[in-house]
Amino acid sequence: MIAAGNPAVATNVGRPLAGGRRFSLDWIGVVPFLAYAGLFLLLPSTIIALGAFVNADGAFTLENYQHLSRSYVVKSTVDTTVISAVTAVAGAILGALLSYAIVMGSPNGVLRRLVVSASGVLAQFGGVTLAFAFIASIGPAGFVYLFAQAHGFDYYTHGIWLFERTGLGLVYLYFQIPLMVLVFLPALDGIKPQWREATESLGGNTWHYWRHVAGPLLFPAFLGATLLLFANAFSAYATANALINQGQPMLSQQIGGALSSEVGAFEPGFAKAIAVEMIVIVTLVTVLYSLLQRRTSRWL
Amino acid sequence: MTDRSGVEVRLENLVRRYGTVTALDGLSLTLAPGELVALLGPSGCGKTTALRLLAGLEEADGGRIVIAGNDVTGLPANRRNIGMVFQAYSLFPHMVAWENVAFGLQMRHVSAVERKKRALDMLDLVGLARFANRYASQMSGGQQQRVALARALAIQPQVLLLDEPLSALDAKVRSRLRDEIRRVQLEVGITTLFVTHDQEEALAIADRVGVMQSGKLEQLGPPTLVYSRPATPFVADFVGLTNRMQGTVRGGSVEVRGTSIPLVQPDVSDGPAIALIRPEAVSIDGNGGTDEGPLVGTVIAVAFLGAVSRVTVDLGDTTVLAQLPTSSASQHPAGTRVRLALRTDPVLIQREEPAPTAS
Repeated sequence: MIAAGNPAVATNVGRPLAGGRRFSLDWIGVVPFLAYAGLFLLLPSTIIALGAFVNADGAFTLENYQHLSRSYVVKSTVDTTVISAVTAVAGAILGALLSYAIVMGSPNGVLRRLVVSASGVLAQFGGVTLAFAFIASIGPAGFVYLFAQAHGFDYYTHGIWLFERTGLGLVYLYFQIPLMVLVFLPALDGIKPQWREATESLGGNTWHYWRHVAGPLLFPAFLGATLLLFANAFSAYATANALINQGQPMLSQQIGGALSSEVGAFEPGFAKAIAVEMIVIVTLVTVLYSLLQRRTSRWL
Repeated sequence: MTDRSGVEVRLENLVRRYGTVTALDGLSLTLAPGELVALLGPSGCGKTTALRLLAGLEEADGGRIVIAGNDVTGLPANRRNIGMVFQAYSLFPHMVAWENVAFGLQMRHVSAVERKKRALDMLDLVGLARFANRYASQMSGGQQQRVALARALAIQPQVLLLDEPLSALDAKVRSRLRDEIRRVQLEVGITTLFVTHDQEEALAIADRVGVMQSGKLEQLGPPTLVYSRPATPFVADFVGLTNRMQGTVRGGSVEVRGTSIPLVQPDVSDGPAIALIRPEAVSIDGNGGTDEGPLVGTVIAVAFLGAVSRVTVDLGDTTVLAQLPTSSASQHPAGTRVRLALRTDPVLIQREEPAPTAS
């Protein structure tokens, strides 16, 4: 007979020390991360946030924040939001379609490996290099434009849109779509083929499957990824600055403008106030993204 | 309750190819109304393909599928009125249990009030009424499969298909759920096809077992017949344990280590062969002592299985398994010399090189 019983020898393993709570050292593992986040994220953010309350003489002021209501800053905020939203939605839709095409293929197929590798690189491809790539290819002196023009197709008939908001949106899509692929692909991978088959065997068709099963399952992931793309575009600076240096439509460019004004209006406190505005918006978006990701990971 | 109100299902000469591989090679099978047939076989034998063709999830390259007298070969899955339970992870994770069960009713435009009532009734049938508001992630694997069973039955299908529904569960839950499935199947009286690679599962649950190999049915019959009278060497090998003992065919019987045993197969030519002998057909005839003989050997292991025990005996050139009542086996611990006896029930033979050990 086998019987369970009390251990012959009592031990103190896992018990609190006499008279006090057990002192856990589990948190030590996150110290490097906390140090990194504190040093390179929280500290600079705090310096910026506090600096926005200081004027040129070092005295406390609310003026810098009041300047955020200047018409060109408001316009810039709206423009940045619109460009970010449009490129996020367009990037999300195109990226989701590309991800779906990948998922439909072989899990170890060439298409998947190629697109995922390329997306990893292209999602990080931005700044002056990206802007130059577009100028050199489809710009007014670019080889694609010259070729198209030579064959009777002039896509700049109504103005050189590459250096306007339309062009900026197009260039942004270049890194937004790959980012969407990277973020959305795991969610699509989580969709089990049995769910479609179960839908069919229960009397549903393709529409029912997307309407009642795959759609609701993927929507939080899609929305979360779109928010991430929005934050990605909203905080971009170098690409916009390299492509459009007249008019400065993006909010991030306004920070640069306030720090290096050619007309002598050097306003570091105001620049910090704009930065705080951006931090708040991006933080809100990121929190929403995290909440949606949490829901997605529970299902997929 | 064993009221069998199901329908007849006929698979007629079904063929399915994947490129150059033939997964189903002219499979024909008829399920009587209310019958539970288990398709048993190793991976790649075509059993799941047969089930998927019946479900309408794949198209046959040849043959017909007839349910209740209607040819459904060309019908899509969503118009066949077939309930299916998958291997695992088939519950919709964003719906609670009753919503999962009600999904098929929603597809059939049953009113919201009615479908919730019926979903709760079905959950009650599988003993999970109190889990109605739980998500799949909040239930155990066994509970999820019971919800999947309730979901498949809620649409009142003509046929129930079970695609290895127990394979992802641990042994204890598996055995309990197996009995639960059988109870519900008998209660509902639905014609059921159960696919598994687990012989114990198939033999325990089915009215008839079909053993498949290479896209063909090797044998179809009641579990006791498949086990005790395997039609082919493959079935003998695949279902249950078998001793492969070298012998010589002579005049319609095979002589194995001095014992003459009649053959199942008729018209077998004389010559060397391997006799396939079940462990239950081997008994211990007494202590071997210092005797010599073809069936005298040393016990090298005794496996306790409850009421019976399996004794492994080393005969020098081969090992043989004998299944005995535990009371008898306990008299022959490892290391003792024993004399074996072979029961003279008809056996199958195989014409190939002898294997050195019992399989």
